[in-house]
Amino acid sequence: MGGVVLFLSLCLFARLVYLQIIEHEHYQTLSKKNQLAFLPIPPKRGLIYDRNGVLIAQNMPVFTLELIPSQIANVDETITELQKLVDISPHELAVFQRLRKQTRRYDPVPLKLKLENSEVAKFYVNQFRFPGVFVQAQLIRYYPLGPAMANVLGYVGRINAYDLENIDQTQYVASNYIGKVGIEKYYERQLHGRVGYQQVETDASGQIVRVLERTQPKAGEDLTLTIDSNLQLAAQNALGDKRGAIIAINPNNGEILAMLSNPGYNSNLFVEGMSSLEYKALQDSPDQPLFNRALRGQYPLASTIKPFMALEGLLSKTITANDQIFDPGWYSVKHSSHKYRDWRKGGHGWVDVHKAIVVSCDTFFYDLASNMGIDKIDDILQKFGFGHATQIDMGEELAGLVPTPDWKKQHQGTPWYPGDTVISGIGQGYMLTTPLQLANATAILAKQGQGYQPHLLLKTTPADGKPVQQQPLALQKLNIPHRDWQTVIDAMVGVIKSPVGTGYRFGKTAPYSVAAKTGTAQLVSESSRAASDNVPTRLRDNSMFIAFAPVNKPQIAIAVVVENDPSAANVARKVMDQYFAHQSTGKPTA
Amino acid sequence: MSPIEPLKHFSHQLNSPEKKFASHNIWQRLHIDLPLLAGIVLLTGLGLVILYSAGNQSPGMMARQLARLGLAFMAMFIVAQIPPAKLRLWAPWLYGVGLSLLIAVLVIGTIGKGARRWLDLGLFRFQPSEIMKLAIPLFLAWYYQDKPLPPSKKCLLIGCIALLVPVLLTAKQPDLGTALMLVTAGVCVLFLAGMQWWIIIGLGALATLFAPILWHFMHDYQRQRVLTFLYPERDPLGTGYHIIQSKIAIGSGGLFGKGWLEGTQAHLHFLPEHATDFIFGVTGEEFGLFGGLVLLAVYLFIVGRGLYISSQAQDTFTRLLAGSLSLMFFFSIFINIGMVTGILPVVGLPLPLVSYGGTSMVTLLAGFGILMSVNTHRKLLAR
Repeated sequence: MGGVVLFLSLCLFARLVYLQIIEHEHYQTLSKKNQLAFLPIPPKRGLIYDRNGVLIAQNMPVFTLELIPSQIANVDETITELQKLVDISPHELAVFQRLRKQTRRYDPVPLKLKLENSEVAKFYVNQFRFPGVFVQAQLIRYYPLGPAMANVLGYVGRINAYDLENIDQTQYVASNYIGKVGIEKYYERQLHGRVGYQQVETDASGQIVRVLERTQPKAGEDLTLTIDSNLQLAAQNALGDKRGAIIAINPNNGEILAMLSNPGYNSNLFVEGMSSLEYKALQDSPDQPLFNRALRGQYPLASTIKPFMALEGLLSKTITANDQIFDPGWYSVKHSSHKYRDWRKGGHGWVDVHKAIVVSCDTFFYDLASNMGIDKIDDILQKFGFGHATQIDMGEELAGLVPTPDWKKQHQGTPWYPGDTVISGIGQGYMLTTPLQLANATAILAKQGQGYQPHLLLKTTPADGKPVQQQPLALQKLNIPHRDWQTVIDAMVGVIKSPVGTGYRFGKTAPYSVAAKTGTAQLVSESSRAASDNVPTRLRDNSMFIAFAPVNKPQIAIAVVVENDPSAANVARKVMDQYFAHQSTGKPTA
Repeated sequence: MSPIEPLKHFSHQLNSPEKKFASHNIWQRLHIDLPLLAGIVLLTGLGLVILYSAGNQSPGMMARQLARLGLAFMAMFIVAQIPPAKLRLWAPWLYGVGLSLLIAVLVIGTIGKGARRWLDLGLFRFQPSEIMKLAIPLFLAWYYQDKPLPPSKKCLLIGCIALLVPVLLTAKQPDLGTALMLVTAGVCVLFLAGMQWWIIIGLGALATLFAPILWHFMHDYQRQRVLTFLYPERDPLGTGYHIIQSKIAIGSGGLFGKGWLEGTQAHLHFLPEHATDFIFGVTGEEFGLFGGLVLLAVYLFIVGRGLYISSQAQDTFTRLLAGSLSLMFFFSIFINIGMVTGILPVVGLPLPLVSYGGTSMVTLLAGFGILMSVNTHRKLLAR
């Protein structure tokens, strides 16, 4: 009997030796892993201000109810139980189900983003019943101006698998959100900050017993944008429910004062999460609110091309300031019977370059284009920044198009016809511009050839350091004689001042001097227009307007595109009025 | 038995001429076996030290444990006074009462932790299966004392039935751990009675054969425990958690442990049941291999003393009784440590005299009381 006792005791002894001597290191590691945890601390995301110090992207503290599916036996049952404590709307449930599909099983999925204080209390009392369910205190992004700023700021959204591939994951271990578009995305690196860590001792339920070591996170940098939110709001008011884009630039340094794409969208919805249905509705809306027209809308230049055409005509000495042609109301190329019509039946009579701009004579520019040739047209357009991206600090813009005969052969498969050159003279045909490019070109024109890189960032302020001012970046100055600038700018003043000017109705009462050019982009041909008086809304002409003011010391250059509506000049006037009202008082208007 | 009886012996001793043996024989007169008492006191002392740490230095817990120990020691002293002849007389009655209580518990027992194990006696609750831990060895030793040994097949069968009825009743509660202890106690008696090895092995084989049937009758949590024993990593956060965490606790202790009150596994609650069934995990973590061996040595000393008493017994009844009680004590240690170190499945058994709580402590020390009685009355009878 003693033998059995001894033998079994030796078994226990051998087992203890195995665990405590042979496998000791292994189990010691496991014990340390049990006990110690490295907890990342998310950095506070940098705030965003407008140029007047108005907060346009802030962090809002919320209590979020989160579930970790891998720790929950039956998620649906748990939610049913939670609903007895916390009000969970069908909307929130739909968002949860969508996020759950996109999240790894062992990561938390938010069920309700903003808990009421009473709900937090109720949950804490019952927390022991809900393993795998947590209340997380966090800061979430809030955009007080909503749609008015959406196309500038963009938004942050929950980090998804695609984002993870493109970031330094260690910096984001504690972060839930990342900039998805707009300024939030472009300046993600500055805004995010650096993650902090604390080494903690935890007990079996994951509660922190004590903090052993702590490396503070470094908050993201605050950004101050060049945008004036009052001007932005004025732009939004001016456009109302019309589709279009407005860009206002300070021509002296390239600072973008306003950049609106209308209609906007409530960017806060992207932070809080949308159900698939809501997202689809936003995406499929015929008004395309998610489409950033200011940077990605590509429109024919229409008559806004005329000042640039005139400059090239004068520069290349194809015309002089005094040359006149007779406009019978149409133009035709030699050896062709096709008539290119002027917008005014019967024509404008004898027209020089000044009058051609003031009344926006088409025939004059058909003739000029035909005489200069497409190469010279392309040359001046490219000098003013058309056809290539402006490199604005947003990273979403399209390049527009300045077509060359080579381009046409490649993309259309047909040779360049003389007629292509003729209609290019009035900004129709293949050439396309983004509102930003148009505004930038207007700014260059305002400063008589001295352009600046358009930009949105005014300064960055590190959490613990001095603000860093963004220096304006001068572009190469265009070498065009002062006389030629004067001729064109005088004509653009005439557009507003002259009773026959196309902008007279809108600009005559302006308390500041304005140089401008109107434009109307036809979306359907003249012949089909004649066939029906009643053109469907979405096929009506786009109206364009470019302007800068004051003429002698330009402070603001503006480009407006209104889709399927003739009100561009009107809209521009309202925005500029707001700008100068603000300037005269020296304070931001509420 | 009247409490005056030992006093009579005592006064008789004082009046005897052999006064030089008086001091030596004081323990004898009190029916205390000094080596056994020393071992038990040492063990309970170590147990309290470990429990102080395992119970997170809770004074309330220590007080309750001390009260229970006091009660248990009293039981031991009282039982030690009962001469084996009386025990022999009472054995069948005790068995009968125990069996009735087991049936009663199935009918009117109190439910706790999903099992019906307790009888509520108003002042306190107790588990009738605990009585059986003593009643079975007593009854079987009584039954075999006048039978030819090794037992005939008929006697063996009767013994097995007498054992299996209370075992099945206990398993039905369900209390697998105690049922296992009862089987162990019974088999020890049969073994000491001279039952051949091959029968024990044969019974074991039969049990293995019937395992699938047994499986069918098991409660869900019992099945889980078996599965968990076979594959602890199957569900690391579920039922396998106990074993994994206790292996980590013991393994991380190393040679000399992390030090008293310094065990992170227990104090941060990674090790479940660390004051009760898994308290050996705390021992291994805080005192290492060294501490575990010291504890094991004390246990073996007690078991050894018990086996020695059995070997010195003067009749079959006391020999079988003392032997089976000692072996039962050893097996409860072996099963507990085996379970905590992961070589045996998890059955709910405490580490004797170290784990917090339990009626089992009273039963256990009462058992030691029997051992003492056997030893001290033997010499008295010899005179």
